[in-house]
Amino acid sequence: MHFSHILRSKKNILSIAFALFLTFFSLNVSALEGPVAEETAQAHAKETERKKEFDISTFILHHIADAHAFHLWGEGEHSVGIPLPVILWTENGPAAFMSSEFHHDNEGKVVVERGGQRFVNIHEKIYIASPEANEHGVFAEVNARHEVANKQPLDFSITKNVFTLIFSSVILAIVFIRVAKAYGKRSGKSPKGFQSLMEPVILFIRDEVAIPNLGSKFERFMPYLLTIFFFIWFNNLLGMVPFFPGGANLTGNINLTFVLALLTFIITTANGNKYYWSHIFKPHVPWWLYPLMIPVEIIGIFTKPIALMIRLFANITAGHILVLALLCLIFVFKSIFVAPVSVLFVVFISLIELLVGAIQAFIFTVLTALFIGLAIEEHGEH
Amino acid sequence: MVIGSIAAIGAGLAAIGAGIGIGKIGGSALEGVARQPEAASKIQTMMLIAAAFVEAVALFAVVVSFLGTNSGGAV
Repeated sequence: MHFSHILRSKKNILSIAFALFLTFFSLNVSALEGPVAEETAQAHAKETERKKEFDISTFILHHIADAHAFHLWGEGEHSVGIPLPVILWTENGPAAFMSSEFHHDNEGKVVVERGGQRFVNIHEKIYIASPEANEHGVFAEVNARHEVANKQPLDFSITKNVFTLIFSSVILAIVFIRVAKAYGKRSGKSPKGFQSLMEPVILFIRDEVAIPNLGSKFERFMPYLLTIFFFIWFNNLLGMVPFFPGGANLTGNINLTFVLALLTFIITTANGNKYYWSHIFKPHVPWWLYPLMIPVEIIGIFTKPIALMIRLFANITAGHILVLALLCLIFVFKSIFVAPVSVLFVVFISLIELLVGAIQAFIFTVLTALFIGLAIEEHGEH
Repeated sequence: MVIGSIAAIGAGLAAIGAGIGIGKIGGSALEGVARQPEAASKIQTMMLIAAAFVEAVALFAVVVSFLGTNSGGAV
């Protein structure tokens, strides 16, 4: 069947694109209708500590943080979601169960028993439950500043972020192994299909990032640079998708960016040649500046990867917080007329976030190449 | 009666810094393109990269302000 005539007219393409656009952004808004309904229902008969207003900062922080299940729609007891396995290592050995056993409870009121041990979920952290509930029905000791004193087992669960990590790694592996094999099968012929999509980007990284910074030894480090670039870019894009495979904010998790920065640090330090170390321990300054310069240089070895880590984490998290805050304006003002303004702003900011996602991936790669280049640089300049 | 935390003021000051920095970058990029329109795309690329660096510094300050709020860092 031939449908290609549908796409031939410009008007149709614009209409289809606009329809997809609206679908994505309206899904963003509809995912938030839950809390308002719940707040009015509970305002009638709940404990005094439950605020009657919409608490925007708790809402936003909850949506940015990791979770043990993908929440699709609904609120509280009636939420619908995709549960993920909870895998714990306690002093008595491992325990595993699906997060649906908590019945969407985030306050520590539902206890799950496994192998004689009882677990409770408070704000997506799993604790060993206290034998009795306290006055709010919570099976844990919570002090006035909302800090929980119970012990926590080691948590190896597949949370949203872990699932997204595995998912995006599998997709990237499939795509790039196919592209690499296609080069072998079609050697001498021009690239076709996905190859032709990836080729300009890969060549861009090679010619603009790797060769200027790494000189003639770029081929050794190209795999790492390409992995970093596509991994960060793909995960930034997945984080902007509001529904299932993409509901998690992976690159906004500081633990992930910490690992990426740690890898850069390991590769830089392991490949440092003697000029690199001599620049650090015997910088080219008058001898009386050594007590100042050498600590500065040593601290500099660590601050460069730490800056990489915080830059990526903060940019992506700030983007998500901004989008969520603009959408929450509708609920703060409690008026439907704020909605067109708010959604328009959100569209604009989301477009900027797409750009920022690509730029941050590129910056991470450029800085990594720069640091590796500094480490492997031959013949000191003086 | 003042409500809120001083961390929000810190984040606002960081935003001033980011605004000034990116404004200067944009201004000099515009000047460069006005002088030599053929170099427009190169200048635009460099402007975006420099803006990302300046923004990162402002976001360091935002992260510190998160850590400094009353309920101490990402509750």
